[in-house]
Amino acid sequence: MVAACGWDGGNAVRPLLLDVSRLNDWVGEKILFSQHRLAPEYDIAERATHLPSYFISPMMPMLRDPAAWRLQVGGLVRQPLTLSIDDLQAMPRTTYTVKHHCVEGWSAIATWQGVALSAVAERCGMLPQARYVRFDSFDSGYSNGWDLASAMHPQTILAYGMNDNPLPASHGAPLRLYSPTKLGYKMTKYLVSVTFTAERPGGYWEDQGYPWFAGV
Amino acid sequence: MRLTHWLTFVVLAGMIMSGLQIYTAYARFGERDGPSYVNAFEGHGFPHWSRLGGWLAGGLNWHFALMWPLIAGGVLYLSYLAASGEWRSLLFRPRDIRGAIEMQKYYLRLRKEHPPQGKHNPLQKLAYTFIILLGVLSVLTGFAIYKPTQFSWLTALFGGFQAARYWHFWAVWIFTGFLIVHVILVFVVDPASLRAMISGWYRGRFPSHD
Repeated sequence: MVAACGWDGGNAVRPLLLDVSRLNDWVGEKILFSQHRLAPEYDIAERATHLPSYFISPMMPMLRDPAAWRLQVGGLVRQPLTLSIDDLQAMPRTTYTVKHHCVEGWSAIATWQGVALSAVAERCGMLPQARYVRFDSFDSGYSNGWDLASAMHPQTILAYGMNDNPLPASHGAPLRLYSPTKLGYKMTKYLVSVTFTAERPGGYWEDQGYPWFAGV
Repeated sequence: MRLTHWLTFVVLAGMIMSGLQIYTAYARFGERDGPSYVNAFEGHGFPHWSRLGGWLAGGLNWHFALMWPLIAGGVLYLSYLAASGEWRSLLFRPRDIRGAIEMQKYYLRLRKEHPPQGKHNPLQKLAYTFIILLGVLSVLTGFAIYKPTQFSWLTALFGGFQAARYWHFWAVWIFTGFLIVHVILVFVVDPASLRAMISGWYRGRFPSHD
């Protein structure tokens, strides 16, 4: 073990660790996750005053023309959609106050408002071949891939509001993915498109070795 | 028995080292903006040599890979104890309390002769029973941190996500303390038992260990 000092396993062990991580993804999705189990909700009084925010661009990603922003919904769907924030806000609203779990180990409670992704999937006529969902952003190409079961969980939303206010730029304005069943890095901010796919999409951190399923 | 002992030793060392790597990413316990739990290591990373994984993702992947042999070893060990009847010589039960007090008196030189014992004396039973329970607790707090939404009842049982992290971290120091005392006692009291734990053959001075 002394030889292991600050060591990551090297080229010999690293692929093996990633294989086990894929096994853990499977266990996490097929055995431990339930599409019907809801994350506990909290009182507004328990909210954190400040939630750390992350992006990968050198500066906070901001739209030059927010009014021109549209969400593209496509891939394995009957009817691809182009949705404005007004379109999304006109759909049934989901609001909850939940605990955010970051992979680093911190947690913080906040309120989120948005539309259930399952409602969007229904509206675009998601095809039965769809197994995964890919989320793309305008934050230097940050993206994530999700398993369909987690994406269709009733608490998985496209959020346009946070703590009773419009989603701030630091947390992914105008629209971000949110779910209390995933670690923070799975919840793509600064969304531009939602794509239903048959192949498993990668992701910014996932491709660098972070767990792909990342369910909590 | 020997296999699970050494397997647990190696895997637990890896779990602790990768755990220290993970801890480094958020070196405190408590909600964001909330009060911190008492923690001597708050805000401190751990030295490079004590960490496994190189960075957070590496630490996580080691931790979540080693959890399988750790749990498998634990289940194998406990099954063997149950099936072989060996648990009788290891499990500390209420009737051992009296013996434990007598044993403690002997160690404090309040009693001259060594009390009669089986394979393990009552204080050893207490120590080994405690460490097995600590192992179970580490695994349970681990699950509570790993899937705080899916196992929200378990996480709540430990007082919430941050509290579960805190107890999980405490286990590290109790394991480390146990390891140090355990190794010292092996060398001071019965060095022959070390060879026995490696080879399986005991040629020491305690007939009850044959």
